[in-house]
Amino acid sequence: MSNQTTAVPSKPAARPGALAEFWHYFSMNHGAVLGLVVFALLVLVAIFAPLIAPHAPNEQYRDALLTPPMWWANGTSNFILGTDAVGRDILSRLIFGARYSLFIGVVVVTFALVSGIILGLLAGFFRGWVDTVIMRVMDIILAFPSLLLALVLVAILGPGLFNAMLAIAVVLQPHFARLTRAAVMAEKNREYVVSARVAGAGNIRLMLVTILPNCLAPLIVQATMSFSNAILEAAALGFLGMGAQPPTPEWGTMLAAAREFILRAPWVVTFPGLAILITVLAINLIGDGLRDAFDPKLKRS
Amino acid sequence: MIKKLTFAAALAAATALGGVAANAKTLVYCSEASPAGFDPSPWSGGNDFDASSRTIYSRLVEFEHGKTSLMPGLAESWTVSDDGLEYTFKLRPGVKFQTTDYFTPSRDLNADDVIFSFERQWKKESPWYSYLPGTGWEYFAGMGFPDLLKEIVKVDDLTVKFVLNKPEVAFLPDLGMDFASIVSKEYADQLEKAGNLQQFTQKPVGTGPFQFVDYQVDSVIRYAAWDGYFGGRQKIDDLIFAITPDPAVRAQKLKAGECNIMSYPAPADIAGLQADENLHVAEQEGLNIGYMAYNTTVAPFDKVEVRRALNMAVNKQAIIDAVYQGAGQAAVNPIPPTMWGYNKDIKDDPYDPESAKKMLDEAGVKDLSMKIWAMPVSRPYNPNAQRVAEMIQADYAKVGVKAEIVSYEWTEYRTRGKANDRDGAFQLGWTGDNGDPDNFLFLLGCEAIGQSNYAIWCNKEFEDLLQAGKKTTDQAERTKIYEKAQEVFKREAPWLTIAHSKVFMPMTKNVVGFEMDPLGIHRFDGVDIAE
Amino acid sequence: MGMAPRPGRHLAIARTMFRYILNKFALIVPTIIGITLAAFAFVRLLPGDPILAMAGERGVSPERYAELLERFGYNRPIWVQYFDYISGVLHGDFGVSLATKRPVLGEFLTLFPATLELATVAMLLAIAIGIPAGIFAAVKRGSWFDQLTMGAALTGYSMPIFWWGLLLIIFFSGTLGWTPVSGRIGLQYFFPPHTGFMLIDSLISGKKGAFSSAVSHLILPAIVLATIPLAVIARQTRSAMLEVLGEDYVRTARAKGLSPRRVIGMHAFRNALIPVVTTIGLQVGTLMAGAILTETIFSWPGIGKWMIDSIGKRDYVVVQSGLLLIALIVMAVNLVVDLLYAVINPRIRVQ
Repeated sequence: MSNQTTAVPSKPAARPGALAEFWHYFSMNHGAVLGLVVFALLVLVAIFAPLIAPHAPNEQYRDALLTPPMWWANGTSNFILGTDAVGRDILSRLIFGARYSLFIGVVVVTFALVSGIILGLLAGFFRGWVDTVIMRVMDIILAFPSLLLALVLVAILGPGLFNAMLAIAVVLQPHFARLTRAAVMAEKNREYVVSARVAGAGNIRLMLVTILPNCLAPLIVQATMSFSNAILEAAALGFLGMGAQPPTPEWGTMLAAAREFILRAPWVVTFPGLAILITVLAINLIGDGLRDAFDPKLKRS
Repeated sequence: MIKKLTFAAALAAATALGGVAANAKTLVYCSEASPAGFDPSPWSGGNDFDASSRTIYSRLVEFEHGKTSLMPGLAESWTVSDDGLEYTFKLRPGVKFQTTDYFTPSRDLNADDVIFSFERQWKKESPWYSYLPGTGWEYFAGMGFPDLLKEIVKVDDLTVKFVLNKPEVAFLPDLGMDFASIVSKEYADQLEKAGNLQQFTQKPVGTGPFQFVDYQVDSVIRYAAWDGYFGGRQKIDDLIFAITPDPAVRAQKLKAGECNIMSYPAPADIAGLQADENLHVAEQEGLNIGYMAYNTTVAPFDKVEVRRALNMAVNKQAIIDAVYQGAGQAAVNPIPPTMWGYNKDIKDDPYDPESAKKMLDEAGVKDLSMKIWAMPVSRPYNPNAQRVAEMIQADYAKVGVKAEIVSYEWTEYRTRGKANDRDGAFQLGWTGDNGDPDNFLFLLGCEAIGQSNYAIWCNKEFEDLLQAGKKTTDQAERTKIYEKAQEVFKREAPWLTIAHSKVFMPMTKNVVGFEMDPLGIHRFDGVDIAE
Repeated sequence: MGMAPRPGRHLAIARTMFRYILNKFALIVPTIIGITLAAFAFVRLLPGDPILAMAGERGVSPERYAELLERFGYNRPIWVQYFDYISGVLHGDFGVSLATKRPVLGEFLTLFPATLELATVAMLLAIAIGIPAGIFAAVKRGSWFDQLTMGAALTGYSMPIFWWGLLLIIFFSGTLGWTPVSGRIGLQYFFPPHTGFMLIDSLISGKKGAFSSAVSHLILPAIVLATIPLAVIARQTRSAMLEVLGEDYVRTARAKGLSPRRVIGMHAFRNALIPVVTTIGLQVGTLMAGAILTETIFSWPGIGKWMIDSIGKRDYVVVQSGLLLIALIVMAVNLVVDLLYAVINPRIRVQ
């Protein structure tokens, strides 16, 4: 190990101080820090949802159907953001919904990242027919508009949160495969890889231990962007009735059920969308910050 | 200058039409879905009928406006032979097919048109039988016509005789249905010669009150009053269907004055529409039932006590309030109260979670977990099955029953629901085809298991009554039989009867003469716009 | 470009271009075959039964079911069905919709102009606002304008557009009553669809008010659909400009005392254009996905709504051919972008 690190001074793996330097650049971007704070708050809300939420998310208050938010004429402080068509507290549902959105992001990105990296490594490392087959399949996936493909996949698998996540992961995964492949091809013939090979490292070791850590930066940025994409697409599928199924308090699903009330009870429509927007925005801010911190060109200018 | 000229031309045209009001009277109807086509016979959707058979075509006999009783249509009169096997129709003379820019009829309606209208759905050797790839002529087949009809004979130009294989009391009402609309043989022959059969469903020609002008796929259908309509020219000049699938959007358009009348408002919007002073909301009890069927062959739902306890656990009024938004009434019996034979004396199972819990305990049911099936689509009898399921789920939780909501794609849903070993209670509903109680109660017959009996319930007593009702002709007698059948039904509780929905038709106040139809058809003949 | 290069060099360029295009096509053919296979496979895997879907609550008798199965050809071996399908497609026959019995290609061609019109206007909107905004933001890097624009761009990029559309409807159609709720043009205007593009047809018709009616119907959906591409283009333009503005030759030009407008307009922007053009091309797929949601919300009669409806109705034939047609269009656009890119940027051809 130590041999390799010394052999490649230009390509440092985690050097002490690198992290501090990274944080330095990242924290210069105020937007990114703001995004991080909001995101941290969301995570806390999700974890402590049962403690924070004023009501159970699925408790139906049958005598308080479609109560407006507390600052409206007929609102009550008992239901701060009002209630939905069957009398459930919207605030509580949003709070529990944060769990689903973050969960969707994590699962989808993990899925897409792992499968994308594996495929990308195989394609970039072995080239030849392996590369051709993998990249053609990726091309096919990318030829369909993502939402349309996800819709058809969910229609095949059956509507539901898990299937929606699976479909979104499939749709997002080619981006990771392409990125990894490009990075691997760029790195493969570098000195440090060649010397590792000469030192007798096997293919798997070469791929995972030697090359992969050096391709991480773009993957991390892509993962952040995919995280927010996953939340958006899951919400869109939920909105079209193909995502999480009621009574799950997933935000997109809440919006779908609220659609018939746009005239009569706009709050049922407004808040879930706002929650999606804030979450996605926070993550994208972080993503921007990460990219700037990783990208030496922008640092310089 | 140009503007002046066009105005003058328009004025000239208006006067040329014989003093028709200078402003064409236009009625805009915000409809819920695109028609599959304009041939009146191959399709089965209400929106298809609204756009084709009820506007462009007429039939031998017609339902009276707003009723289910029959009146003469293209047939002036008819006679039935004593054995009930021969129906002879005298056609109205001088009925004109519509003259459009794609077809000019050379003759009036005659017996050939009538025979062609039926034989094209019946005789496989006709090129018209399969002119639409994959059409099954579902309604013609569904009403049993292929077996029922022996032959259709042209007696003379204006006399047609239908010969049946067996007597059928419903034969005349069947001829008033949409699939029995009369089309033009002359037009069909012309298209056949030109090798352009497809045009028959794209550019229709009929004898009805309105003629087809234009269709922009998925957005607008235009009709004009047919001057030669045998029932007299309509008071409105133009009829427009603005196809608007989203009910909230339809309501918006109505409020904004973009349409005069709309179908199927969302329950959530009704109060707002009623409050609008420019609008009038017509309403009518729907001829329907929304229900949830237990699988009566699977434990513990094979026990009557369990089914009744579960029925008592559900707060129906809350469902009516939240899902139907008041646009419905809690259902007691499997037939709607507007129908003859409805048993008014039957009391519904009360909402009583305490007793329900006790009954479940007594029946030895503990920690029951079950499935509630919810249709993936909105239906007239149940606007939002998902929401109903959520509410039943919450109610069940209060009596210690854990429920999981399941849903599948619409056809898959019904296929899986028919399985004899189906797990869980299954939501569905029914909208009547005619005014007969048998049209509802047959859903629970033993023969209907595997077809439409989703409770998989075969009760000897009920079945005997059902069969007796079919054989009896006297209505008073049948009423007694069906009242008894409803008692058996309620006692045995194979269903949770959820609701009969109301049907609403919001329109601007200047629309006059629109009548709601008990069978859910939207007809615009006889409608006018007040100045 | 100003000087005429020698013909020999022309020929060489043409040859490399030709080889480049040939290479591209060699890659595309297997992809297209893969797409047809995927579309065909997806549709066979969909749960539900098209014949039952047509029958409704009434159901269908087993004999009738068998007859219909036979007539649709669903009882033949799967590979026979596939090759039949492919040979049909090669002859321009994309099948007949199960729901409407109309040829799928015909339906597609009547609905596609609506989507194309919406997408084109949205894209023009995105370009017209996005590129200038990006340039100014880059030039005035760090200013309040830059921060505001980039904040707005990131918000737009993060927008759940189906919700955004609903908000706009609530506000502009509901509260203010400025724009119509849905549709493509007021119902009082009726003229034959010469081109299928409502903006053009309404002008041709010469009817007073028709054009403005078409515009007022188009504006909200176009804004909604433009939101994400606009954000992406603005961000991409800004970062491309920043990169170019940092290059030596621009610094030199500046140092030489060229006016800022000349520097930005002549030198920087032209070079920054390359990645921006690519970005615009890549947004076509995004536009198609966005069209599905936008058309659903605004009842816009285009192919996005058509696909959603068909998936809901289990109209196998439409889903299959619609997927294929849409994928082919996206691929064709990507190919054009690739070629355009190769024309603008000669380096890529050699690779």
